[in-house]
Amino acid sequence: MTNDGMADLTFAGTGGAAVDARCVGAWTVHGIARLEQRLADLSWPEGRDLVVDASAVSALDTSGAWLLQRTLRALEKDGRTVRVQGLSPKFDSLLQLIRARELAAETPVTTQPGMLARLGERVWAGVPGTAGYLSFVGESFIVLLRACVHPRRLRWRPILHNLQIAGVDALPITGLLSFLMGIVIAYQGADQLQRFGANIFIADLVGLAMLRELSPLMTAIIIAGRSGSAYTAQIGTMKVTEEIDALRTIGVAPQELLVLPKVLALIVALPLLTVYTDVMGVLGGMIMAQSKLDVSFGSFLERLDEAISLSSYVVGVSKAPVFAMIIALVGCYRGFQVTGSAESVGKQTTLSVVQSIFLVIVTDALFSIVFNWLDL
Amino acid sequence: MTTSTRPANSEPVIEVRGLSTRFGEAVVHQDVNLVVHPGEIFALVGGSGSGKSTLLREAILLQEPASGSIRVFGQEIVGMSDEQALPLRRRWGVMFERGALFSALTVTGNVAMVLQEHTQLSERLIAEIAAVKIALTGLPADAGPKYPSELSGGMRKRASLARALALDPELLFLDEPTAGLDPLSASGIDELVRNLRDSLGLTIMMVTHDLDLLWRAADRVAVLGHGQIVGVGTMTELSKSDDPLVRQYFYGPRGRAAWEQTWKQK
Repeated sequence: MTNDGMADLTFAGTGGAAVDARCVGAWTVHGIARLEQRLADLSWPEGRDLVVDASAVSALDTSGAWLLQRTLRALEKDGRTVRVQGLSPKFDSLLQLIRARELAAETPVTTQPGMLARLGERVWAGVPGTAGYLSFVGESFIVLLRACVHPRRLRWRPILHNLQIAGVDALPITGLLSFLMGIVIAYQGADQLQRFGANIFIADLVGLAMLRELSPLMTAIIIAGRSGSAYTAQIGTMKVTEEIDALRTIGVAPQELLVLPKVLALIVALPLLTVYTDVMGVLGGMIMAQSKLDVSFGSFLERLDEAISLSSYVVGVSKAPVFAMIIALVGCYRGFQVTGSAESVGKQTTLSVVQSIFLVIVTDALFSIVFNWLDL
Repeated sequence: MTTSTRPANSEPVIEVRGLSTRFGEAVVHQDVNLVVHPGEIFALVGGSGSGKSTLLREAILLQEPASGSIRVFGQEIVGMSDEQALPLRRRWGVMFERGALFSALTVTGNVAMVLQEHTQLSERLIAEIAAVKIALTGLPADAGPKYPSELSGGMRKRASLARALALDPELLFLDEPTAGLDPLSASGIDELVRNLRDSLGLTIMMVTHDLDLLWRAADRVAVLGHGQIVGVGTMTELSKSDDPLVRQYFYGPRGRAAWEQTWKQK
């Protein structure tokens, strides 16, 4: 009946009016796994009065005591009278202790809300999010205006520091990726152009694609992943460690110290990075053009000068400050949304990157429509 | 005190022999010896940097001593592999100084997680057992679904204790159970520690600075100083000690106040 001292419950057979059940073995957290299952499908014998004999219980801990108590209570609810006998005084006091805490263990049954209710809840939860973001943008703008009125309050050190981290340190990765992008575009276009004997138009293809669209967009996406996430993680961790509250108590607006320098630095850095990636992308295309289409550097550059109007270049670079603002503001806003836990930092960082890339691409599409109207 | 109710020949729960610890050049412990008997509340005290917490970390296998032996439940744990340590780890619970609750889980989740890892019980029974443990530590029932960040410091300590009790350990390690708590919550912890020992028959080893807790809960106290144990005994015995370090510790202004208060209560 008892194998390896595992907890068990057996019936001793009906003798007279009372029904005897016998608890045996170790009623401990490691011993009751099988018993729990058994108790669930157990059919108790008929009879109003039950006597449970617990003299053969070799060990009892709080988990075992709870299981016993739960079983006894279920029987009592069925209208039976249960008497436990033979429990050693030590175990009995433990059972009494658990019995005293029983009310707490009655976990309220939580019902899952319906699909429509959940949808409504999520929408409702999203509303303050949007409003919160707008008010954050507004607050940041007020801080910016205040800084414009009192330029001496601008914190140059953090601005330069951010310029270094978000701008200079990003040169290798953005440069390499746009160089490769230039190569890929030239490589893909080369076959088509060769078929029509229009080799020289490779300059139009690479130049327009890189300068107008790809270079600003790609740089913004890289920076969103690189710096936007860093902003969220930094501010979020400061929120968890109460550094943000500490700043407020010493009378420094966190926006002024943490948000403004990041936004300003990125507004400067991203257009500069875009110009740099323009150059690297065209360089990549130029090298591919020479090796695949025999277009020399000289004739490529000559054609580029004719094909690309100044407006194409300006259109591309002018998008960058807007992207920069989106990335920096979303990154900082998400950082401030962090609450207490380590998981929250991770969640908000993910949201920061996803949302800023989403907004950058949507804004880029809007730009295309507007520039189309303006015939640029 | 309570040790008298136990058989004299019972095997010690923790036995530390000739323990030495070094961090690079700095010597933390030198030839430390101590014994913790079953069912007692044993406290380790000492000034900041005296290596109390290091000793505790060595006893729970988070750190390796330079030399010496630590036996827990009769087994040598110095140099033990993780695999060998697992059955031992299931027999003890640890409450960390700052709670160390998993911030992504609710209080119930924190307790249930231990049970889910180590038992085959059903989700429903696990949730109920977790609720029992939470109630045992004196937390209100509505604390269960809350996240650690929503709790006060004292509640966080209690929740951490509930997690330490999840597997019904025989041995409980408490690192600064009252640090950072207001006097009211701290005296609640004093009572809780005693109650747990009395009702569940636990052996408790704790590291603390709190003289009130020592007077009210500890059966025996060891004082660490200069890398060695400079005194072991009940609080009454230690308060009569001649060792300058022990006297300095217990007869500072705060030590005297706690001592007087205890006498008044008696």
